[in-house]
Amino acid sequence: MSKKSQNWDFIIEPQNSLFDLNLKDVWRYRDLLWMFVKRDFVSFYKQTILGPLWFFIQPVFTTIIYTFIFGGLANLSTDSLPQPLFYMVGITTWNYFSDCITKTSTVFKDNANIFGKVYFPRLIMPLSIVTSNLVRFAVQMILMITMMGYYAWNGANFHMTWAITLFPLLVLLMALLGLGLGLIITALTTKYRDLAFLVTFGIQLLMYTTTVIYPLSSAPAKYKTMISLNPMTGIIECSRFAFLGQGQLTWYTLGYSTVFTLVSLILGIIIFNKTEKTFVDTV
Amino acid sequence: MASAIKVENLSKIYRLGEIGTGTISRDLERFFKMKILKQEDPFLRIGEANDRATKGASDIVYSLKDINFEIEQGDAVGIIGRNGAGKSTLLKILSRVTSPTTGKINIKGRVASLLEVGTGFHPELTGRENIYLNGAILGMRKKEIDRNFDEIVDFSGVERYIDTPVKRYSSGMYVRLAFAVAAHLESEILIVDEVLAVGDAEFQKKCLGKMNDVSKTSGRTILFVSHNMASIQNLCQSCIFLTKGEINHIGETKEVINKYLSNQLSNTLKLSEIEERKGNKDLIFINGEIIGVNTDNLDSVESFSDFTISLEFKLINQLKISNFKIEIGINNNMGDRVAWISSNNIISHFDLLISNKITFLVKNCPLAPGDYTCSIFSEINNNISDWLQNVLPFAIVEKDYYNTGKSLPAGQGNILLNYSII
Repeated sequence: MSKKSQNWDFIIEPQNSLFDLNLKDVWRYRDLLWMFVKRDFVSFYKQTILGPLWFFIQPVFTTIIYTFIFGGLANLSTDSLPQPLFYMVGITTWNYFSDCITKTSTVFKDNANIFGKVYFPRLIMPLSIVTSNLVRFAVQMILMITMMGYYAWNGANFHMTWAITLFPLLVLLMALLGLGLGLIITALTTKYRDLAFLVTFGIQLLMYTTTVIYPLSSAPAKYKTMISLNPMTGIIECSRFAFLGQGQLTWYTLGYSTVFTLVSLILGIIIFNKTEKTFVDTV
Repeated sequence: MASAIKVENLSKIYRLGEIGTGTISRDLERFFKMKILKQEDPFLRIGEANDRATKGASDIVYSLKDINFEIEQGDAVGIIGRNGAGKSTLLKILSRVTSPTTGKINIKGRVASLLEVGTGFHPELTGRENIYLNGAILGMRKKEIDRNFDEIVDFSGVERYIDTPVKRYSSGMYVRLAFAVAAHLESEILIVDEVLAVGDAEFQKKCLGKMNDVSKTSGRTILFVSHNMASIQNLCQSCIFLTKGEINHIGETKEVINKYLSNQLSNTLKLSEIEERKGNKDLIFINGEIIGVNTDNLDSVESFSDFTISLEFKLINQLKISNFKIEIGINNNMGDRVAWISSNNIISHFDLLISNKITFLVKNCPLAPGDYTCSIFSEINNNISDWLQNVLPFAIVEKDYYNTGKSLPAGQGNILLNYSII
């Protein structure tokens, strides 16, 4: 005050406003995001024999098992769709969401070392996770489309619909939903560790509350609302409708998923930003 | 000149002994008092100075307390202090890795900080890929790295292995590459923690040279933490000396370093005040002093110079002394005995009954630079009379004994040899 006033580039203070999200900084560090994505991808298949093929193994085997148990033994309806195809769409989409949420939910724990040594907008890390999972998702989509081609060739009864144009939106919703929920969980687990145990287990259970292994149409009416409460239900139903022509696409459920996603994303970013400032001392 | 960094009333508290913030109830209490009743943070008031040796009444300590300073653009400033003085915390706050509890820091320009060498290096990736990754982590844009790539590789001297995964690198190569990336950051402020302790002497010199370059020719501001007074003196014009989280002294480097060296061990108790001792107390030590011949400072001695250890004592019971011993063991900071002197080994005319002070003169002390303590021991008529462990701390400070201008690497043994190549 006494001397000439100076313009500072930035000011470090104990608490910033809750809504000071520093998104400009995130944009400035966008190159770092790509570096992380590249690192994840490259380090994933280095020194493995099958390399990126591993991306296929998991959905293929899960589909086989589901076809055997839920299709073969339990005889659950698949809306007259070929069973493997029905499960494949559900599994691929659900996997993307669950990968996003589980990986982001340990961001602070996994990166405690690097976060403790250098500053960059912490949000870069979860964003890079969601993006590198997208690569994986894309590879699995190729598998799914190949399978669709195979079944179409054999004259199976399904067809793509106009809803395919909504697919980019669906992917975005899944990414942001996984990100938002993951951010909330990671922020909470830095303080109260026990939550971490819940995540893997909870995600697994959550899968059964949405329409991965059964179509919404076959659910008893009294459970339908409950199933629709899972924000992933609208998304999975919509992608099944888009790719296979069966599934209940209503603007109401999709709208619900969108609102749910946005709320959890905003909440997630705010909590994450608040935790990020002190987590180095608490982790 | 304009300021680059201005720190006002900076404090940082830590809670001891607990992982995480502790309990939900405490969080709630804090939240309730601060947000609802608009009171001060209830856990801030009971803080105390960060003194590791004594067990405090509260488990909340100040890691930094009311720090104020201003650094001008283009200055190279050293930060010194003992372990736990808050140096690293200060750097962490300045690098935005953690946030302060109270206070405010204004910064002009981009900050690049090097708290650790090779943060974020991925072992599976090649040197080339890691340069880009590490550069981006430190805040460089891709085109910036492209522009400096050749220079980075050149500086690191690992050109041949640039497409080899870094897990195959020797630790030296690893450090070289990592420092090379950081050294080429185009930021206005560079914050460097004690990272040069790793790597060989030649590379240390190269890094210091590079930092010197950075501060003198390109007018960038440097903050540098080190325990090596020689490199601080080489690089920095001014210095900040922290003790227990507070600024002890701030000013011109040489003056601050002297202050540091003389202060370093002066917070120790007089021997007579130490309670933890063994023996029948026929004789008790009441005071001790270590004086270096070439340094004016108490308790600090230049290596390869002479020093004296004097012990004042008191005979409690007037007894007939048929034999006695006074011994001093010198321990390094790991607690290992590195040397031992005893009145019993040499012939002298010293007599306990005549004098109340015994002084040992040590010539050409070959101990390596570092912190040491003494264990003092006395025996009269074959009975232990007084025995104190790990008292009289002193420092051996580095002197350019070999006349090379290079500083000696730490961790290379406890003694220096007088040698030459013939």
